[in-house]
Amino acid sequence: MIKIGVPSKGRLMQETFDWFGARGLAMRRAGADREYSGVIEGIDGVGLVLLSAGEIPRELAAGRIHLGVTGSDLVHEQLGSQAPEVVELARLGFGQADLIIAVPAVWIDVETVDDLDAAAAGFRAAHGHRLRIATKYHRLVRDFLQAQGVADYQLVDSLGATEGTVKNGTAEAIADITSSGETLRANHLRVLSDGLIHSSEAVLWQSRLAPLTPGDREALTRLAAALGVALA
Amino acid sequence: MTAKATIRAEGERLFAALVAAGAVPVETDLLQPAETLLDLYGEDIRARAYVTQDPVRGEMMLRPDFTVPVVQAHMAHGAEPARYAYMGEVFRKQDRGSGRASEYLQVGYEVFDRQAPEAADAEVFALFRNLLADLNLRPVTGDIGILMAAVRGLETTDRRKAALLRHIWRPQRFKALLDRFSGRAAMPAARARLLEKLELGTPARLIDEAGTFVGLRSPAEITERAEALVADAATPPIKATEAALLYDLLSLEAPAAAALTHLRGITPMLPAIEPAVDRFAARLNALAKRGVDVDQLAFEASHGRTALEYYDGFVFSFHAEGHPPVASGGRYDALTAVLGAGAFIPAVGGVIRPELVARLRGLA
Repeated sequence: MIKIGVPSKGRLMQETFDWFGARGLAMRRAGADREYSGVIEGIDGVGLVLLSAGEIPRELAAGRIHLGVTGSDLVHEQLGSQAPEVVELARLGFGQADLIIAVPAVWIDVETVDDLDAAAAGFRAAHGHRLRIATKYHRLVRDFLQAQGVADYQLVDSLGATEGTVKNGTAEAIADITSSGETLRANHLRVLSDGLIHSSEAVLWQSRLAPLTPGDREALTRLAAALGVALA
Repeated sequence: MTAKATIRAEGERLFAALVAAGAVPVETDLLQPAETLLDLYGEDIRARAYVTQDPVRGEMMLRPDFTVPVVQAHMAHGAEPARYAYMGEVFRKQDRGSGRASEYLQVGYEVFDRQAPEAADAEVFALFRNLLADLNLRPVTGDIGILMAAVRGLETTDRRKAALLRHIWRPQRFKALLDRFSGRAAMPAARARLLEKLELGTPARLIDEAGTFVGLRSPAEITERAEALVADAATPPIKATEAALLYDLLSLEAPAAAALTHLRGITPMLPAIEPAVDRFAARLNALAKRGVDVDQLAFEASHGRTALEYYDGFVFSFHAEGHPPVASGGRYDALTAVLGAGAFIPAVGGVIRPELVARLRGLA
């Protein structure tokens, strides 16, 4: 049985269902609304697994699902940007969101990552600790800042309401996913002009590690043909 | 013997040789407080070191290197002068597919001595060279002190010098800054826009207009940097001749004796490097006295700039084709001040990787 992992709720789930539906494969949740099981119709030998979008990279990397739909941000954050465990089969054209760095709008002297680096040096000298950047995307943000040679910052973990951390005094800047600028503006933050870390989008991934029986291989080939994607 | 036992036996042999050379054995904890290492190396170390959470002690790191705990121990209760030897595992995350070990044995030697630092540099280098003499390794040396002296001697603002010194261990960033300060790179468009904006009003007014004030970074700090940016825009570029000398220095690679002649040649145009070049000369003398052929010894002015950032003088490493450095080390005077809470002592040291020694000997 070929297993496809799909986000279990919200818009991401609905748009994934629509994308597969447009290709003749009807997906729906099975049973009661709170049960995370699903059904896929229109093809044999393929099963649907509903998972939290954040669990899908790990399941792909472990080879417990053959295909999965989730944001490129989550895969790059959890598995790295060169993850050999997964292959990108198709960009799905929805779920777009940018991972950006934002600073207080009143930092009139900070427009770029270069300015942020200089501000961090001054901040550390003045306050005795490194400039704090709140994020949930530690790897992506650190790789980005390291590649640019930024020093004297620290990443602080934020599990929710990242935009509020500056106002609450637990961070000086943030790195977060934003699909619109409104939340940032409401929290008196502004995006750095070169602060785009990653442009995320929903992607159909294939696991390189999921075991395939001859029957699975045949089902996977039929599935790929139906979806119009080239397998790895 | 298993490979691990062979490597440990090789480590014991090297360690015994360092103790025989006069070092006092020291032990350090495997679990190190993450805070100290993060403050020193910055967030980048998280990509290299294993971090774990202790419910009482907070974030801890599996020892990524010995220098920091050895320096801390010495600064806390060491007698002077001191020579230390240690052996133990260090832990570093490695890139996927690099084939490098993420847990390996290090044997090290550190010298804390106020007298004749150049002699101590030569002592560490020669000791390692002799221990590894049968392996036909290629030594490479460098001297970050000369680069730092050259930057400090530039005819430009203290602010620009501080920016360059801060990034001396990040060659790309350093070069970008130098390109900008010397007028080789045009001002980025974003900076030009920023300066235009700053011309439209006083910082205080602009801050006011930007909306609700949030964050710990104070209006005074923002104003100070905004004013510095405007002042910097009016600062003339570093002179082309001076910048050319610095670029030349960064790419200097020659046998050590020839490098000294070259540095003596440019000293009249960059007089600030003279004391550092004198120290380089004294070190070459000390190395020659220990039988090192300085006419052949490779010198690269930028060597060690991409290592973990604390070397600020002599740096060295020993290489075998196709392997990570078998041994490496250097001088880290400033680190003792950072970790010493006001106290300071010149220090130099290095580490050897017994695993590579054993492998090159065909043992593991």
